[in-house]
Amino acid sequence: MTARPVRRSLSRYATYPYILWMAVFTIAPLLLVAFYALTVEQPDGRFVLSLEGFRNILQSPPKALDVLFLKELGLVVTVPLYIDVFARSLEIALASTLFCLLLGYPVAYILARRAARLRGGSDALLMLFVIPMWMNTLLRTYAWLAILEPKGLVNNLLEGIGLPAQRLLYNEFAIGLGMVYNYLPFMVLPIYSVLVKISPSVVEAAEDLGADRTRVFTKVVFPLSLPGVVSGINMVFMPAMTTFLVPNLLGGGRYMLIGSLIERQYLVMRDQTTASALSIVLLLFVLATMRFVTRYEKENEGGGLLL
Amino acid sequence: MRRFLKGLQGFYMVLVFLFLYAPVMVLIVLSFNKAKSRAVWGGFTLDWYRKLFENREILSSLEVTLVVALVSALVATAVATVTCLGLDHLRKRIRSLLLSATYIPIVNPDLVTGVSLMLLFFFMRLQLGFVTLLLAHIVFNIPYAILSILPKVRQMDRNLYEAALDLGATPAQALRKVILPEIMPGVINALILTFTLSIDDFVISYFTSGNQVSTLAITIYSMARKSINPQINALSTLMFVSVLVLLVIVNIRTSRDVRKKPKEVSP
Repeated sequence: MTARPVRRSLSRYATYPYILWMAVFTIAPLLLVAFYALTVEQPDGRFVLSLEGFRNILQSPPKALDVLFLKELGLVVTVPLYIDVFARSLEIALASTLFCLLLGYPVAYILARRAARLRGGSDALLMLFVIPMWMNTLLRTYAWLAILEPKGLVNNLLEGIGLPAQRLLYNEFAIGLGMVYNYLPFMVLPIYSVLVKISPSVVEAAEDLGADRTRVFTKVVFPLSLPGVVSGINMVFMPAMTTFLVPNLLGGGRYMLIGSLIERQYLVMRDQTTASALSIVLLLFVLATMRFVTRYEKENEGGGLLL
Repeated sequence: MRRFLKGLQGFYMVLVFLFLYAPVMVLIVLSFNKAKSRAVWGGFTLDWYRKLFENREILSSLEVTLVVALVSALVATAVATVTCLGLDHLRKRIRSLLLSATYIPIVNPDLVTGVSLMLLFFFMRLQLGFVTLLLAHIVFNIPYAILSILPKVRQMDRNLYEAALDLGATPAQALRKVILPEIMPGVINALILTFTLSIDDFVISYFTSGNQVSTLAITIYSMARKSINPQINALSTLMFVSVLVLLVIVNIRTSRDVRKKPKEVSP
């Protein structure tokens, strides 16, 4: 009986260091981003409340919006430069996410079918798929330089069979390719982990009720795998939207995306106010997108339950 | 038709794996290429590896990387272990609040985490350098350490501790002889995972290390932006192989864990 108070007093304080740590190193930094976004440092070191950061975003030099096929169609929509950067980042991130989904869903499906056949045994193919994910993004991106550069592997092959060399690097294509390459496993794994959990008896029931293979997939398997698709989309879209490594290396610094813009504003321009304002906008946008996608999926699920 | 579909599936998987592994293979092959150009094969050489080990910039950043990884892994795992053990003593609302705040560095984009820490260090008037780099690594490692250890603490039978005390052990003895051995697999996995993540990180280090100190990833990045340098290929190969070895160890450990489970359950 005497041991009880001792026990409690010992571990009651165990979490306190971490709570303090988190307040300083997790919560405070985020508040500081907001603080810097909303203030301007005066020459005498005081911070004055101001919306200049956000104003700078809207007052950046005007530029013709360059997304989708606006340019090819000859439509000129003039927007502030930073808005154009944001729109182009969104375009590339969405396209990469879509490509990851189209490429990755079949992979997850095939891997899940194998897992069902292996009955819980570990799958070497799945391991093989996970390994590159653990390699540094930097190195994986750098590797594409060797393949895509003007005198690189692809162009050598093209010249070898008598075709003209292509400009493969420093454009949207290279950046998109780098993103799909880097983030494909983030799409495949969540979908895979949902697909393997679908009970075979559900599929059998659908088959017994007369559904053919296509209908089993479109009416049963695919709707059940939507949670995996949603988290895959989130896991690809967020890094694709925020990366500065991929555009800086494969875009050669000439092709500015929102991540590289923020990096440059902080480290080169040293404009903390504008950079923080851009970070806040980006963070809120990414979080809102994640919430939207997740909620959309949940609502669908609710509807399914009602039926 | 069925066989055709199967063949198509196999073909598709071959293409996907080719896509995944081709760049890595190209890097590894080029690291042994005598010709400096990345396009022609000029014969086998280990020159780039030799030059790599004579490159002082790379060696010093390797040292920084390893020290930061080791120290941050140890500190993060220690903090996480203590935190996980104390978690049950918090009120439910505070506990769930604490756990969801723990996810912040995982959910936040690395860019935002790096930038926000950089601003914090500015604000604290801390000169960016080794200390800030180390602090940043501990920050992003703790959540992963907690996620590795927490399941083991949850699995543990609460009565074990009480039984040890009832049998006359002091709380310190009970902790050392009963609790720690129970959660050890989680602690070791946390160590390996955080060590790997620390070596792997680029973005957060990039914002928090300043101009004087740099990790391997940062050195590679600045080399890659400047010019073609086959030493990077050699370095990439070495890093790839070491991460691979670490991962194989982790995987063998976890699969051994999984296999052991049913035996323990069935008497």
